[in-house]
Amino acid sequence: MKRKVTSKVISQKEISPAIFDLWLETDLAAEARAGQFIGVFPKDKSTLLPRPISICKVREDGKALRIVYRIAGQGTREFSGLREGDEVQIMGPLGNGFPAEAGLGKKVFLMGGGIGIPPMVELAKEIKKQSDDNTVIQSIMGYRDADTFLSEELGKYGEVFIATEDGSVGTKGNVMTAIREKGLEAEVIFACGPMPMLRAIKSYAQEKGIPAYISLEEHMACGVGACLGCVVKTREVDHHSHVNNARICTDGPVFEAGDVEI
Amino acid sequence: MAEERKLGISRENHTKSSSGEQKKGVPDLRTTIAGVEFKNPVMTASGTFGSGMEYGEFVDLNRLGAVVTKGVANVPWPGNPTPRVAEVYGGMLNAIGLQNPGIDVFMERDIPFLKQYDTKIIVNVCGKSVQDYIDVVERLSEEPAVALLEINVSCPNVKEGAIAFGQKAEALYNITSELKKHAKQPIMMKLSPNVTDITEMARAAEAAGADALSLINTITGMKIDIYKRKFVLANKTGGMSGPAIKPIAVRMVYQVAQAVKLPILGMGGIATAEDAIEFLMAGASAVSVGAMNFVNPYATVEVLEGIEAYMKKYQVEKLSDLIGVVE
Ligand SMILES: Cc1cc2nc3c(=O)[nH]c(=O)nc-3n(C[C@H](O)[C@H](O)[C@H](O)COP(=O)(O)OP(=O)(O)OC[C@H]3O[C@@H](n4cnc5c(N)ncnc54)[C@H](O)[C@@H]3O)c2cc1C
Ligand SMILES: Cc1cc2nc3c(=O)[nH]c(=O)nc-3n(C[C@H](O)[C@H](O)[C@H](O)COP(=O)(O)O)c2cc1C
Ligand code: FES
Repeated sequence: MKRKVTSKVISQKEISPAIFDLWLETDLAAEARAGQFIGVFPKDKSTLLPRPISICKVREDGKALRIVYRIAGQGTREFSGLREGDEVQIMGPLGNGFPAEAGLGKKVFLMGGGIGIPPMVELAKEIKKQSDDNTVIQSIMGYRDADTFLSEELGKYGEVFIATEDGSVGTKGNVMTAIREKGLEAEVIFACGPMPMLRAIKSYAQEKGIPAYISLEEHMACGVGACLGCVVKTREVDHHSHVNNARICTDGPVFEAGDVEI
Repeated sequence: MAEERKLGISRENHTKSSSGEQKKGVPDLRTTIAGVEFKNPVMTASGTFGSGMEYGEFVDLNRLGAVVTKGVANVPWPGNPTPRVAEVYGGMLNAIGLQNPGIDVFMERDIPFLKQYDTKIIVNVCGKSVQDYIDVVERLSEEPAVALLEINVSCPNVKEGAIAFGQKAEALYNITSELKKHAKQPIMMKLSPNVTDITEMARAAEAAGADALSLINTITGMKIDIYKRKFVLANKTGGMSGPAIKPIAVRMVYQVAQAVKLPILGMGGIATAEDAIEFLMAGASAVSVGAMNFVNPYATVEVLEGIEAYMKKYQVEKLSDLIGVVE
């Protein structure tokens, strides 16, 4: 069940310039899965709408959630000032999440770009937890520069390949350059990141004839499927809208790349 | 549970109060619009609550006076490109473009869903031509569960160069009188605030036979991203709603209440019971909670409980004792 609740800050630290790692104590965690997100409410009354932020990790006991976010404007700037013990209103869990089971027994690519990387941590954890001997997780992460936040942590779940725009670490270029350079192969892709990266992944997956589950982003108001603010064009007529539009906040944010027009 | 029981008592009390033995201290929240009785005055604003399904996870729909549905047209509308929503100081802009699945799906899916609940159904109707509206209104006349029709005249009239029906008194008069000929349910014209004189529109609707009025729809706004030098909304302009528009909405409800005799469903930025009571005092017979549902998904029920608490505290026996009392 989606709920709006008051959560308590367990800890917050800046893990990279302007990128914050925030643990929140909340029982919403018990129902949360990789690829879902929460709406985080700023306290400032001039900024009313919930900020959609992906779930980066769920604590094993189901009583705490972690989010990792970049300061992008007024709301996230406010969040960056949260301290241990502060209260923050959150709503969730929202959205459908990644179908982690689609990775079982497969060679899996987890592809993240920039601030699209955080949800890959919980996904890696979920796939790893259920994995068998045939499951191989390879994380390919794209960054601007040497601030390769979360990459070490992803290393716990499988091999990590890094691409940086400035070439300071790993492959110079983006995640696509990295898989080509390293000759990597997969049977299923999970991805989150900027639109150009997702488009490249979509065409790569089509070329290879493999499924790609991509997490999309759009400006949102309600976050629960009521306002129709956050739609993406779909290939088929959507079951809810009866036009070619699906709601990213509820039908997504994760879609099979072939199902959406991006 | 305890809260439901509370409402249960007041419902029982309604029957008693009509025979004049209202129990002391239990306020009578009932209200009437165009001959339709609602168990309380708290409704949802069209387009902010879907058809109730999404918010059913947060609030008990049985507690609402009515659910006012998202605008529905004769055929599915795809709506506008994204971004469709943007936050602004104390509110938001939206340019959804009236995306809707069309009346067929609406009748098959949304109406049966809402019928499961003990709340009234008000259907918001949109169209690009008078005939579009007539088609929808005629379909809805087959469905007795629909209590009232709210006619969204903020849609662009394609024949009139996309000026909204609700922005010209003559066009508003015409569409109102046409729909009156076809509608089985009472019709409530939803006025646009994007006019020079809202009372002129209210009078035109009244003269054409409207049964009720609802106001306000969103106020046209714009937001520019100065770093990208681009409009924030793909549509360039969007309708503003949320707490920042409330004073304008209260003023317009008051002006319209002074100008015409029709009952009014008031809305615009309602976040709390205090906000809702302002609208009632300005002359609204009921209120809708809109954008604030996005901020507080429990807002409708909290507004209702707050009105009840206010009435108890200030010993207001019945809701009608609050309507239009400002002086
Ligand atoms: C499903 C989803 C998951 C996300 N996960 C993360 C994450 O894990 N970490 C992270 O750093 N960011 C994430 N984002 C982006 C994040 O929502 C925005 O950076 C954030 O809302 C910006 O808010 P602000 O108040 O700081 O910025 P402002 O620009 O002041 O925000 C103004 C308004 O625009 C909205 N907005 C601005 N940028 C975006 C955006 N990129 N996407 C959606 N809405 C936006 C805000 O929510 C707010 O309503 C995610 C977005 C979506 C849709
Ligand atoms: C996302 C969104 C969608 C809306 N869609 C409709 C609609 O379909 N028909 C309509 O008459 N009004 C629509 N409205 C206007 C609201 O019903 C209401 O009149 C307005 O938002 C003011 O109230 P508020 O400030 O409480 O939101 C919409 C408003 C929002 C925010
Ligand atoms: S944000 Fe309202 S439908 Fe997705």
